[in-house]
This record gives sequence, structure tokens and C-alpha cells, in this order.
Amino acid sequence: MRLAHHLAVASEWIRGDCVEATEFPDLTQRYSVMAVPKTVVNERVSFEGALPETQFVDNVLRAVEGEGDAG
Amino acid sequence: MAILTDKDREGVTEELKKLTGPVKLVVFGSQLGSEYSIETERLVREVAECSDKVAVEVYNLHIDREKATTYGIERVPAVVVEGAKDYGIRFFGIPMGYEFTNLIDGMLVAASGESKLSAETLQRLSGLDKPVHIQVFTTPT
Repeated sequence: MRLAHHLAVASEWIRGDCVEATEFPDLTQRYSVMAVPKTVVNERVSFEGALPETQFVDNVLRAVEGEGDAG
Repeated sequence: MAILTDKDREGVTEELKKLTGPVKLVVFGSQLGSEYSIETERLVREVAECSDKVAVEVYNLHIDREKATTYGIERVPAVVVEGAKDYGIRFFGIPMGYEFTNLIDGMLVAASGESKLSAETLQRLSGLDKPVHIQVFTTPT
């Protein structure tokens, strides 16, 4: 299953995009996608590889923690 | 020419029997109908033919601006998978290969409205109060 999509269903705050990298070179360049899967959360946190659920959620929450604090 | 083989259709038909409610696939293409947009629309229509619970809507990013804004679509091809409501499931680019499996899974989870996440994860998510945008980059193979 695609965790991002399950997270989107679980929380009204979450949107999960699955992006076909080769069709969007502008995005792969912007986020320096060198290997797939690569996940980018709120433009702040990114990680490569398919992580298990707990670690995936760790990264998602890390991206929003402290948002708005000191810019 | 069809994208899905007869065998693919059989498999998809079988999987979509698990749909517990209606699903809408909202496709956004481009004005000039790029190859990817045309293929994406074709693929989505073929999937929808496999179940009477699946509806398809097709829009053009440049013409249907209001719809694109509502769904937050800025690039195409894009597919929104909606269940009882728009949960925030998006595909950008044609969902083929490995992503095809995820498209079907996305339809099942949108139809049910219930994720298959652990109770612990759901608990951790319950404290969210800010928008989260997750982008997962993949390739078809």
C-alpha cells in the first residue's frame, strides 16, 4: 500500500501525491530526486527509500513540528 | 488500442469487487492533449469499465480553472481519487506499472474511508493541526 494515501485518508490535514518522476523533470530537479522512491514532506523533510509505517510517520510529523517557529 | 490486457481487466475487475462504496476518478489533462494526458484518461476509463462503482470525470487544467483550483491541481496529467469525499489522494503522471497497484489500492481505501494504518499511527496523527503535503516520487518500474 502507498502509506501517503492511507495517511491522507486518516487525516483531513494530509494530502498525498504520488508523482511519476520522469514526467516532471522540474520537480525532480527542485527536490534533487536521484533515486526513487523519494518522499518530500512540506518542502522541509525528505527521505529516500520505502520506510516502514512508524519511521514514515516520524518524518511526516517532523516536517510540521516547529513550523512557524522562528520562520 | 487498449492499455489493459484482457488478463489485466480480469484482475482489476476481481480487485474492484472489494470496493465498499462509490469512487470517483477525476482526471485533469492539458489543453493540447499531451501523450501522457491522453494515455492517463484512457487508462482511467478502462479501469472504470471494470466496476459499476467507479465514475470518471475529465477536466482540462487550462479551461476548467475553477475545478483545478478546488482540487489543487497545477500540473498534468493528474488523477484525483475520491470516495465519499476528497481525502487528498493524488497521482501525477500516468499511474502505470508499480503505481497501477497503488491506484487500485487508493481506490479501495477511498471507497472505504478507512486507512489500514495502525492504532498507534492514528493516535499520533490525531494531534495534527497544520496542512501536510506529502509528495512521493516514483518511476513506473
